[in-house]
Amino acid sequence: MKMSKVVAIGASPKRKEDLRFVTGRGNYVADIKRPGMVFGAFLRSPHAHALLGAIDATAARAMPGVVAIYTGEDLKADNVGGLPVGWGIHGKDGNPMKEPPHPPIAHGKVRHVGDAVAFVVAQSVEQARSALEAIEVQYEVLPAVVGVVEALQAGAPTVHDEIPDNLCCDWELGDAAAVEAAFTAAAHVASIELVNNRLIGNPMEPRAAIGEYDFATGQHTLWTTSQFPHVVRFLMGEFVLHIPQHKLRVVAPDVGGGFGVKQFHYAEEAVVTWAAAKLGLPVKWVCERSEGFISDAHGRDHFTEAELALDESGKFLGLRVRTLANMGGYLSTFGPNIPTNLYAPLLSGVYRMPAIHCSVNVVFTNTVPVDAYRGAGRPEATFVLERLVDVAAIEMGIDKRAIRRRNMIPTEAYPYQTPVIVEYDSGDPLGCLDRAEKLADVEGFEQRRLESARRGRYRGLGLSTYVEACGLAPSRLAGSLGARGGLYESATVRVHPTGAVTVLIGTHNHGQGHETTFAQIVSDRLGVPFEDIDIVCGDTAKVQFGMGTYGSRSLVVGGAALSKAADKVILKGRKIAAHQLEADLGDIVFHAGEFSVAGTDRKKKFTEIAGAAYVPFDYPLETLEPGLEEQSFYDPVNFTYPGGAHFAEVEIDPDTGTVTLERYTAVDDVGTIINPMIVEGQLQGGIAQGVGQALFEHGVYDESSGQLLSGSFMDYCMPRADNFPSIVVAPHSTTCTHTPMGVKGCGECGTIGSPAAVINAVVDALQPLGITHVDMPATPNRIWNIIRNSRAALAAE
Amino acid sequence: MKSFAYLKPETTVAAADLFSEHNDAKILAGGMTLLPTMKQGLAAPAAIIDLSAVAALREIAFEEGALVIGAMARHYDVAASVLVQTHIPGLALLAGQIGDPQVRHRGTIGGSVANNDPAADYPAAILALDATVVTTRRTVAAAAFFVDMFETALEPGEIVTGFRIPVPEMAAYAKFRSPASRYAIVGVFVAQTAGKVRVAVTGAASSVFRALDVEAALQERFDPDALNRVSMDPSGLNSDIHADRDYRANLVMVMARRAVSAALQNAGQGATKGQ
Amino acid sequence: MEINLAINKHPISVSVDPATLLVELLREQLSFTGTHVGCDTSQCGACLVHFNGESVKSCTMLAVSADGGSVMTVEGLSVAGRANLHPMQQAFHENHGLQCGFCTPGMLMSAVDLVGRNPDPTETEVRGWLEGNLCRCTGYHNIVKSVIAGAAAMRDAK
Repeated sequence: MKMSKVVAIGASPKRKEDLRFVTGRGNYVADIKRPGMVFGAFLRSPHAHALLGAIDATAARAMPGVVAIYTGEDLKADNVGGLPVGWGIHGKDGNPMKEPPHPPIAHGKVRHVGDAVAFVVAQSVEQARSALEAIEVQYEVLPAVVGVVEALQAGAPTVHDEIPDNLCCDWELGDAAAVEAAFTAAAHVASIELVNNRLIGNPMEPRAAIGEYDFATGQHTLWTTSQFPHVVRFLMGEFVLHIPQHKLRVVAPDVGGGFGVKQFHYAEEAVVTWAAAKLGLPVKWVCERSEGFISDAHGRDHFTEAELALDESGKFLGLRVRTLANMGGYLSTFGPNIPTNLYAPLLSGVYRMPAIHCSVNVVFTNTVPVDAYRGAGRPEATFVLERLVDVAAIEMGIDKRAIRRRNMIPTEAYPYQTPVIVEYDSGDPLGCLDRAEKLADVEGFEQRRLESARRGRYRGLGLSTYVEACGLAPSRLAGSLGARGGLYESATVRVHPTGAVTVLIGTHNHGQGHETTFAQIVSDRLGVPFEDIDIVCGDTAKVQFGMGTYGSRSLVVGGAALSKAADKVILKGRKIAAHQLEADLGDIVFHAGEFSVAGTDRKKKFTEIAGAAYVPFDYPLETLEPGLEEQSFYDPVNFTYPGGAHFAEVEIDPDTGTVTLERYTAVDDVGTIINPMIVEGQLQGGIAQGVGQALFEHGVYDESSGQLLSGSFMDYCMPRADNFPSIVVAPHSTTCTHTPMGVKGCGECGTIGSPAAVINAVVDALQPLGITHVDMPATPNRIWNIIRNSRAALAAE
Repeated sequence: MKSFAYLKPETTVAAADLFSEHNDAKILAGGMTLLPTMKQGLAAPAAIIDLSAVAALREIAFEEGALVIGAMARHYDVAASVLVQTHIPGLALLAGQIGDPQVRHRGTIGGSVANNDPAADYPAAILALDATVVTTRRTVAAAAFFVDMFETALEPGEIVTGFRIPVPEMAAYAKFRSPASRYAIVGVFVAQTAGKVRVAVTGAASSVFRALDVEAALQERFDPDALNRVSMDPSGLNSDIHADRDYRANLVMVMARRAVSAALQNAGQGATKGQ
Repeated sequence: MEINLAINKHPISVSVDPATLLVELLREQLSFTGTHVGCDTSQCGACLVHFNGESVKSCTMLAVSADGGSVMTVEGLSVAGRANLHPMQQAFHENHGLQCGFCTPGMLMSAVDLVGRNPDPTETEVRGWLEGNLCRCTGYHNIVKSVIAGAAAMRDAK
């Protein structure tokens, strides 16, 4: 038997959650069976844009095992509402964004390939799928538009009739006049035009949902693959199905990765919950991967033009950015917030940038809705800025690291107010860069480049710095930016009579290791053995309330709530101890699991105080309630601002255009680190996703038909083990000044820093050919074309 | 997946009889393409004839200057076969690069060749090595076997039982894989058999084909540099989101050069082994 | 159809429709839900099990084809309980080789098969072998580390 012991903040205990996963005992939604369960399947539009005519399900209804078939009209007749948007932005004219209805099953019109048209419920999955084929739908196919540039052109197909220009919102941030003045005064202007490629998140577990209804109690239950079950309960219960909150339980059990894809309220959740109540049977839907490609929200998809004004020494004077952001056919839960509020405020990066102006056109197209995907807005901002800085360095003949150093905010200048809302509390970008340079062996690069050149290969070194605003979010600030809900987090510390602890927390654990990290916090704070602490999340029937896990917020906001709840436990414990030890409260100190009278050897163990709270014989009952359970809701005072410096080194085979990632080094400032092992894992995984965007992944639509051409793993390139070298990650932390433990968050860092680092390396490798920009993903075909065209151009000169 | 009758014969004769009786049946020879196709609803055969119990079809032998490989030899079996490694190392290396380890544990040479997927690896080897396809009814020369995309000379009820592959002087395969599916975007098998050079290309067009200009150049001089002034005409080649025509044409030449280098190297190693 | 096979060394007899995939038999009929389905194009490897000692994708194999054979799932690697973890499971735990856990059973089964063939694989060999297994969380870094550590532990256990 292993000795239970206190595990401190900063240690790397192995994860508590591992045992069930390595033995195949995880409990994912697809694993759940309910008595009498039936199975649902969605009929999805094969057309990108079409008027929906008659739907004839007569033959399908007669097929074996078919229980029911529902269409959008059935939902409408039952007063089922549209899927709500959690964030409402306003345009530069002050008007609110256009917010067209988003019915869970389409009626009238379908707006993207994959838009749900009907829902079949049958005794088996196979029967449900067979019945789909027998449903006859009359479509009047309309011309479709899939690209943001095309969607804004006069005469483009109209996605929503009431929005003839397809423009959801014409949004801006910053001081246009100040930027204009900066450009007038500039010695050099660097400009760039770039695409931030559409991504499909593809967590390895496909989405799934089970609805169940108990007539006897009026209780609805939804099991769903969600990053935020409480928010789903609120949005679905209040706006879509009109189920009172206390009659709706939402459970997100083990969830196989999220990355943002599972932080939206999806149509399928509402449909299975609704159908289960209609039928009085549990209804299960499990998404197939190819179905997920056309129904999971996508990420990114920007077209951007940007200019950077510099003085003759390479000092930044101003930045002007114009972005067109694709929203797809409907607004997903956070869709319009991502390319605006989570994008433009990060454009200052880790630099002194005196003036910034960013305008964003948020645009409807006939594609799957676009929403947050790991990083969400911040990788896009970093990519624009860090590419532009490299272009400026190349054009002005300044070393790429030197130009960055010249403009970086020195650590002593923090807190630093940017011209775009955010105030960075802490950071040390120069320190991160110094450390990264050493670890990446930048000095040895020239030698490695020559060695590659000898083999006929191009080698490049790319640097990207970044800052992110995470720990979503200070509610007041978020509210002023259009958030329609609070963004605090809640935690309850339930101390059992024996001193063991159960934590109930509103964040959700789907790979981040919360069961370990949060237990460490409690163990450290209360002196309770690590093994005696369990973390519970993901069930609205157990956990009070919570906003869930996204935006690198779990430790920053949830951990803070947990820390504050632990403080309350200590305070109550001190009161009990003061009574038992016959001392003043002010004289009771708590340290290492013991309450003692300062300066004496009189003390009580935490377990004794926990016992006394539940067996209150020697207890201040007149002034204090029994029991030892405390709850805290924590609303952050600011965003947190992790940052760092990443170096990528690539080699390019000019014969095939293949880019090989040879080395990757990341130095990140994530604030206080609770569990270094878990933080490293988060960074490595995040980097791999960013490398995926830079080199492999691309959601491609056919421009005329609106079909998704990269609609399965056969065509959408998921990064594999042999695409990576060993990744070097190292911390260089400054302490966050406003979170209780000094933490900043780490979930998205890797994904934010890496795309620009990799593409800067690719461009660096191709610099002998005069290349200054390469769009993502840098696929072999794309690179080969660039090399061929550049060589031809050089030869012609 | 729609249900079907499942038939599992134990001899080639029984398999052939069953296939004649069930003309709407499909042969299951590993199922690496058939099962995904059925899962997608793109095929719904009334019967499946699983050849995995026909032990005779898994044999690999060396007879009269040729490798004789049974249709049900798995990619893993071919890759690991000492006979294949010794006599046609390029073929063993090809088999070891198909799909992923799990595909190689199930997929078979007969299944791959009979399916004639335009991006499959084996058809390039069979064509370049001038192999003979043996069926339940006859033998067919490789050149006559591959007709078009997913189309072969097989007649209804006819089953591929194996291959007779004359041992070449030199042979090797080079492929450029789709980073997503890992199928060949372009694969080139180069072989010199009885003094005659054959170069077969897979992945690049609707079906495997011989690159005659490349063959002519190599016939003159079997050296990668012999290809420096040869180019591939992109017209007629596949173009998709992973590789446009011009790029594929380039890859054919790049992979041809790499295959020639590898063939020379394989031959060198063979010579060393022989000493 | 009635088929007989051994699952995790226990002989069973079960009736299946011929169109049942091995993964469906395992998950739906027999409740071995440790084997996962992460795609429909045979790429992700979350469904990976051993058939007659070799790793195969159970989403691309008919259950009836397993008649007379033996299948090992992740549940069969060890009996539940920390003390009895298979060395590869232990290595994944020790080296933080998993995050969300969804790809983990397939990774484990793949890794155990690799080490059975190649007891001391290099990093390059591990990365190449794992071609049939996708992970979205770890960037593969700690998975590769785990497999190499697991291989060492399996050698020691011999």
